[in-house]
Amino acid sequence: MLSVERLTVRFGSTVAVDNVSLSLESGQILAVLGPSGCGKSTLLRAVAGLEDVASGTIAYDSRDLGRVPTHKRGFALMFQDGQLFEHHTVAGNIGYPLRLRREPRAAIAGRVEELLVLVGLEGYADRRPSTLSGGERQRVALARALAVRPRLLLLDEPLSSLDRTLRERLAGELRSILVAAGTTALLVTHDHDEAFAVADRMALMRAGGLVQEGTLDEVWSRPVDADAAQFLGYATVLVGERAALLLSRVGAPAGGAVALRRSALRVQPEGPLSGVVVEARVTPEQTRLVVDIDGLGPLDAVADVPFAVPVGDRVHLGLDLTRTAPLP
Amino acid sequence: MKRSALALAAALALAGCSTDNGSDQPAATKKTEVVIATHDSWNAPKGLIKKFERESGYQVTILPSGDAGELTNKLVLTKGSPIADGVYGVDNTFASRAIDENVFAIYHSGVLPEGEFDLEEGSEFLTPVDQSDVCVNIDDEWFAREKLAPPATLEDLADPKYKDLFVTPGAATSSPGLAFLLATIGEYGDQWSDYWTRLMDNGAKLAADWEDAYYVDFTQGGGDGARPIVLSYASSPPFTIPKGEKRPTTSALLDTCFRQVEYAGVLDDASNPEGARAFIDFLVSRQFQEALPDNMYVFPVDPEAQLPELWAAWAKPSPEPIDVDPADIAEHRAEWLTEWSDLTSR
Amino acid sequence: MTTRASHRLGFAALAALPLAVLAVFFVLPVAGMMARGFWADGVFDPGAVLDVLARRRVHRVLWFTIWSASLATAVTLVLGVPVSYVLYRLDFPGRQVLRAMVAVPFVLPTVVVGVAFRTLLAESGPLGSLGLDGTATAIIAALVFFNISVVVRTVGGLWEGLDRRPEEAAAALGATPVQVFRTVTLPALRPAILSAASVVFLFCSTAFGVVLTLGGLRYATVETEIYLLTTQFLDLRAAAALSVLQLVVVSVLLFVTSRNRGVGRARQAGNARRPRRRDLPLVAVMLVVLGFLATPIVTLIVRSLSVDGGWSIANYRNLGSVTEDSALLVPVSEALLNSLRVAVDATLISVGLGLVVSVIVSRVPRGSGERRALGVLDGLFMLPLGVSAVTVGFGFLITLDRPPLDLRSSAILVPIAQAMVALPLVVRTIAPVLRSIDDRQRQAAASLGAGPLRVLASVDAPLVWRPLLAGTGLAFAVSLGEFGATSFLSRPDAPTLPVVIFHLIGRPGAENFGMALAASVVLAAVTVLVMGVVERLRVGSMGAF
Repeated sequence: MLSVERLTVRFGSTVAVDNVSLSLESGQILAVLGPSGCGKSTLLRAVAGLEDVASGTIAYDSRDLGRVPTHKRGFALMFQDGQLFEHHTVAGNIGYPLRLRREPRAAIAGRVEELLVLVGLEGYADRRPSTLSGGERQRVALARALAVRPRLLLLDEPLSSLDRTLRERLAGELRSILVAAGTTALLVTHDHDEAFAVADRMALMRAGGLVQEGTLDEVWSRPVDADAAQFLGYATVLVGERAALLLSRVGAPAGGAVALRRSALRVQPEGPLSGVVVEARVTPEQTRLVVDIDGLGPLDAVADVPFAVPVGDRVHLGLDLTRTAPLP
Repeated sequence: MKRSALALAAALALAGCSTDNGSDQPAATKKTEVVIATHDSWNAPKGLIKKFERESGYQVTILPSGDAGELTNKLVLTKGSPIADGVYGVDNTFASRAIDENVFAIYHSGVLPEGEFDLEEGSEFLTPVDQSDVCVNIDDEWFAREKLAPPATLEDLADPKYKDLFVTPGAATSSPGLAFLLATIGEYGDQWSDYWTRLMDNGAKLAADWEDAYYVDFTQGGGDGARPIVLSYASSPPFTIPKGEKRPTTSALLDTCFRQVEYAGVLDDASNPEGARAFIDFLVSRQFQEALPDNMYVFPVDPEAQLPELWAAWAKPSPEPIDVDPADIAEHRAEWLTEWSDLTSR
Repeated sequence: MTTRASHRLGFAALAALPLAVLAVFFVLPVAGMMARGFWADGVFDPGAVLDVLARRRVHRVLWFTIWSASLATAVTLVLGVPVSYVLYRLDFPGRQVLRAMVAVPFVLPTVVVGVAFRTLLAESGPLGSLGLDGTATAIIAALVFFNISVVVRTVGGLWEGLDRRPEEAAAALGATPVQVFRTVTLPALRPAILSAASVVFLFCSTAFGVVLTLGGLRYATVETEIYLLTTQFLDLRAAAALSVLQLVVVSVLLFVTSRNRGVGRARQAGNARRPRRRDLPLVAVMLVVLGFLATPIVTLIVRSLSVDGGWSIANYRNLGSVTEDSALLVPVSEALLNSLRVAVDATLISVGLGLVVSVIVSRVPRGSGERRALGVLDGLFMLPLGVSAVTVGFGFLITLDRPPLDLRSSAILVPIAQAMVALPLVVRTIAPVLRSIDDRQRQAAASLGAGPLRVLASVDAPLVWRPLLAGTGLAFAVSLGEFGATSFLSRPDAPTLPVVIFHLIGRPGAENFGMALAASVVLAAVTVLVMGVVERLRVGSMGAF
């Protein structure tokens, strides 16, 4: 189990990581989510032993790692762009950590083959990294990181250099590969979809500090504040009177502010809300709307594709409470 | 591309400009420049040269061209297209080679009568200018301190009493070193290699050149050396008189000397032979002869020339230097040096 | 004319100037000397030359040359690489000064270094008890002393800009620092290391003064043998045989290293970090090396300041004026001025030519024929480093003696000779950077309407000016200290400082010797100054030799 206590990392006078504490159970995958520059990569590098710690502790299974150099931590770090060794083949890259440990040649070959299968790159053993596509390179980097079954895998934005479709597909695969290998992993990313697709738990970071931590569901359903909600993919946050009005209209219990996903408001013939369609755009799966709702003003909404919703029409809408989150 | 070539040409031209300044000759009316090739030790009083230029109308350019050997070989290689008009610094160990290769035009200065320093063969080509005795020098203070009787002869150097005390520049890399080898050959004849074996067995040390032997290894060279016997010149002792004292701390062993005579000559095919002849006459003039000791640390060949006070007192030429026939030297030099190299490299 | 043909013609035209300079000032003189050896007595007799190669002495000489140069190169690398790490990868106050100081030995005249080393090692010297005087160890130590800056600057230049992340990736995968170095850093540094090694080997195998002075005449290398054969024995046949041998060894070396030369990588700035505890062993190595470099220099300074057993600056005062009977050729200030003037010329020439050669050899070759041609061209300009200065010098005398090349006594020969020595270093500094530029950037510029010159100005120039400045500094320093060719060619009315030093040291009298040492200290100080200015311009990145 990884536990980070009151960790602070400084670069000169700037504080990159500010008093962060978090823990990660074995076998779990934790995503640290935050905008670029929030210090999440520095946190990851500190855990890997690549950054000097100003104060606080990093421990694994109750053993303090403060004096343990990177290579003795038993972790593996996968970089954003893979950092494959261009002077080795694919097999040479994957086998690299095994060779470091002087494993017998046959054992290495077997393990490399196994890993190539695991990441779906059978037959790529003798290719040069320079001949691979971005996705293939990341798979090789992942296989290399998994080769010696690290007790903790550190992933630095592993998919963000890839294009969207590939990223979505690989995110799912990454999770199944990690789960299949029973890997404990710490992932940093600025993409909440990636975090949701891969992780069990999630931590939100902002300006060097940790603002929220919990299971996916905990974080997802109860963002700690409006900024957190927006970063988690909530399209709109309603506060004060507008929030109260919305909740009362749909007959939900009153509360504070409320965060809405884009798909929280849905066109329903019997819906309790009504408004005038301001904008409509058809996508393959649903129609995306902006509706000027009476008393609430323009808000995002969706309609199932069969509904034709011309701009200017008045429509009725319902609120899917599972797609909202209450805010304090 | 053209532009970069132009830029480069400009750079080259510029380079030429900044180096050439001052060396532009006024368009020659008659041949005014006379070029004299010398060895690297050339060091004449500037005022004297100026005076010669004023009186003769020639402009002198000195071209230092390596040690005596290198100088001679340059002359041989450039025969037919000489690098200078005259040469000064070919010595008696190299003279025969240069004469055999027809490097010189006939000229012998008439300023001084022919005498003991003239070559036996080829004296019509070369005029003797200076002489120096290459002799073993000892640190008298050291021997007094150690209460050891100082050595006197070449034979003594191989005596176990003087084990590990002698340092000499090598014959293959240094002209005094070669002179010392010739001294041993003159002294021991065919048995010289035998002598050298004994000498080396007695701990003689070889240095690359004279300055190395004298300044680093010799006890009186100012460099805290460890050896009180060094090969140097008969003229070296006056330079070791400590400040405020009157006597040198070293002396030369006059029974171990080989005499080097340096000659001047006019080069065949020279563009200004008259100038070269005038300059050679100048070299044997009284004024120049008397300036030799202080400036080039050699003895004049003019017996009438006055020696500086310290020289007269402390730098005595050997009354009986060891002699080797120049023709023999020319014939056997390579053979001797090769044998010597094999003997001394272990 | 097709574009491809005109492209080739363009480069051929560009190559013409440097090739012509090389032909006149290197190939012609060397060929002239060789011809004298092969055509002994007017008859072409290659058999006689080859017979020389069968001599046992030649085998011994060749063997010593190769093993001493190899060993010296290896030691230089082993010591130089940790130093380049500390000086280019770690950030601490004073590293600029240290970088400049490491460059000093490279430009000190050999005759001075020889005396400094011997003062230390001689029987009664401070290190006399080691018994190193006159041994091969002393020779190798001096060779290392001279060449360590080549390794530090070449390897450090590449290392400074090396991406740290692959090393971190390896460490995170469990590689120990040693394993990281062996498996990640070393492969990345390989082009620079090989390149430095080849230059150092060339310098070592053609070392001359050091071998004679420190070897106590017991050791002969191909270079010293050529010197003796040419200047003392006039055995041009044997000298030619050894020159052929030298050319063969150099060509093999250049061939081997050119096949291994990689392409420079993208550079990153600000990679240096503060030293950590685990850097201590390497810092210790650097301190030992600095001590090793400083000891002879300190000896030099101490001896220059001691007069008649006391401390005095008399030696320095004496440098200022020339009295009637002083052994000084010209006041040292004037010699220094001459040195600087010649160095400016030599630098202009070597940088001008070096730039042209770099542009040519760094082009992306079209086809294997062109690749080979570029490789040969690249190697050709390295040759002057590996061929005996005596051969070139004597060659000047016998080949440049009649119109249109009546240059024997021309003042321009000195800077040109120095430029031939500095040229390979300049090319090795600039070409790797040009090679590292993605050719697509040039294509992009061309597609936007830029002509070839415009492409050069807008793509290549902004990246090249730093290494260009660095190469300029190096060329300048090399030419300040150059002695071999200079002593052969320098004009007596305008001697350079090393020539004056050599002249002084050959005169009797402690005063002259002291002045020689003082002048050497002045030369070293000027060098530190020049190199320091280069460092201040932040052009430490030297590319790969």
